[in-house]
Amino acid sequence: MQFGIFTIGDVTTDPTTGRTPTEHERIKATVEIAKKAEEIGLDVVAFGQHHNPPFAASSPTTTMAYVAAQTSKILLSTATTLITTTDPVRIAEDYAQLQHLSDGRVDLMLGRGNTGPVYPWFGKDIRDGIPLAVENYALLRRLWDDEVVTWDGKFRTPLQGFTSTPRPLDGVAPFVWHGSIRSPEIAEQAAYYGDGFFSNHIFWPASHTQQMVALYRRRFEHYGHGTADQAIVGLGGQVYMARNSQDALAEFRPYFDVAPVYGHGPSLEDFMESTPLTVGSPQQVIERTLGFREYVGDYQRQLFLMDHAGLPLSTVLKQLDLLGDEVVPVLRKEFAALRKPGVPDAPTHDSLLAARISESVPA
Amino acid sequence: MTRSIVVVSGGLSNPSSTRLLADQLATATDVALRGHGDAADLRVIELRELAHPLADHLLTGFPTGALAEAIEAVGHADGLIVVTPVFSASYSGLFKTFFDVLGPDLLRGKPVLLAATAGTARHSLVLEHAMRPLFSYLRAITVPAAVFAATEDFGGARSADFSERITTAATELADLVVGSPRAVPDDPFDNVTPFDKLLKG
Repeated sequence: MQFGIFTIGDVTTDPTTGRTPTEHERIKATVEIAKKAEEIGLDVVAFGQHHNPPFAASSPTTTMAYVAAQTSKILLSTATTLITTTDPVRIAEDYAQLQHLSDGRVDLMLGRGNTGPVYPWFGKDIRDGIPLAVENYALLRRLWDDEVVTWDGKFRTPLQGFTSTPRPLDGVAPFVWHGSIRSPEIAEQAAYYGDGFFSNHIFWPASHTQQMVALYRRRFEHYGHGTADQAIVGLGGQVYMARNSQDALAEFRPYFDVAPVYGHGPSLEDFMESTPLTVGSPQQVIERTLGFREYVGDYQRQLFLMDHAGLPLSTVLKQLDLLGDEVVPVLRKEFAALRKPGVPDAPTHDSLLAARISESVPA
Repeated sequence: MTRSIVVVSGGLSNPSSTRLLADQLATATDVALRGHGDAADLRVIELRELAHPLADHLLTGFPTGALAEAIEAVGHADGLIVVTPVFSASYSGLFKTFFDVLGPDLLRGKPVLLAATAGTARHSLVLEHAMRPLFSYLRAITVPAAVFAATEDFGGARSADFSERITTAATELADLVVGSPRAVPDDPFDNVTPFDKLLKG
C-alpha cells in the first residue's frame, strides 16, 4: 500500500498571525514539503492544478519536474490534473516529458475542477464538465496508446495523423487515477478503463465515499478488469496531530474555524464526526485511518492533506515528522496484516512495464 | 395502506401558529385518508431545530444528523404538508433554505399541500405568488387548495369557514396521495449511466 500527501497549493492567510505568504514563499514551501515527504519515507506526493487565486499552482508538471530533480524515490502525482480545461494534447505531452525526466516516477489523477468561472478562460463551459472529462480522456488514452492519431471530437480541433511527443517512457503511459467527490459518472469512467479511482474523502461524509467506491468496484468487475476486490482505490484524508489530543484540537481550531471550504460552519468536533477529518494524537490518526478499510475494502493509496488552511511551513514540516515517524510505519504494518490475499498493489511504471513485457513474450 | 405524510413547519416561536395550522392540516389529512381506507403515518419536521445544520449544509455541501434524516423522510414521503410564516412578503428564509438543499429532483411528482400564516390576511397571496412557483419549480404536484391563516382565523368570528378550508385542502391532498404511485427516490448509485452511452456524448 502506498502512503503519501497531497497539496492543493492554496495561498491562505495564517489566521493566528494574520500573515499571508507570498506566492513565491508558497511555491517554495510546496517544494520543501515534497522533499520532506521523501525524507520521511512516504511513497507519493501529489500536487494540485488551479488557475485562480488564492492558488499558486497552475503548472503542476513544472513543480513536479523540479521536485523530481531533487528527489530519487518518491512517486510524483497530481491532485488533480484538470481534464476538462486542459487540452488533452498538452496533458499527453507534459506528463510523458515528465516521465522521461523522472525516470518513470510519475502518475496522475484526473479531476474536473468545480470552479465555474475558470472554464470560459479556457474556452469551455462548466455545464459540459462530464462530457469534457469523457471525451478528453478518451483522446488522452489514444494519444498515449497509439503512435499516430486521427481524431475528431466535439471539444477541440480535429487531429490528422498526429503523434504526441515524446512518446511515453518505455511505451508505457503513466497510470491514471480518476478523482471525484460526488459524480457517479467518474467512478463509472475509472471502472470502464480499469484505471484507479480516488475518492477525495475530505470535506464529505464517509458514507458518500463508501457509495462511490462500491459503485466503482462493482463496475470494475462488470467491465472484466478483475474482481471487485482487485480494483485500484485511493483515498484522501486530512489530519492534524499533537502528542496530546487536546493540544491538537487547540492548535488546529483557529485554522479550522476560518478555513476555506468549511470555515464559519460546523464546529471542529461536529465536522470530525461527520467527515474523515482527524485532529488528535498520532494513535487516534492511526485508529481512524485503519477504520477507512472497513467501508471501502482493502485499498492501494492513502494520501493526507497536511498543508491546508494557512498552516505555516514550520508546522507542516513538524506534522510530517509525526506522520513519518509514528503514523505511517504502523499503518504500513497494520494494513499489510489485514489485507486479503489477491489484492494487488497500485500499478507503478515498473509493474506496468513488467506486465507489458510478459504480455508480449509468448508463453 | 399506510401513507407517509411529512409535515414541514417553518414556525419559529413556541407555541407557533404555523405549527398549529400544520397540525390541523395533518389531522384533517389523516381523517381524509381514512375515508379512503388508508392511514397516515405522520412525521413533523420543525425547521427551527434544523437551523444550524441547514446553515452548515450551505457551507459544507452535505447534510448531517437530524437534517440528513429529515431529507431522507421527505424523499420517502407520499405527500407533504408545508407551512411557513410570512416574512417580508414571502416564505421565511429558513423555509426556503430547507427546500434549497433538497436537491432538484427529490420532490418530483410528489403531492404538496401549501399553507402559510401571517398577522394579517393582506399577505394571503404569498401562497400563489411565492410558494406555488417554488414548488412548481421543484416539480412537485401542488394541491389546488392552499391554506392561509391570519390571526383572525384562529378563534375569530369566521373560524367555521377556516375549518372548512382546512378540510377541503386536506381532502384534495389525500385524493392526490391515494392516486399517486408510491414514493421511491432515485438512487444515482443504482442507476449509473453505462460508459459507452457517456462516450457517445
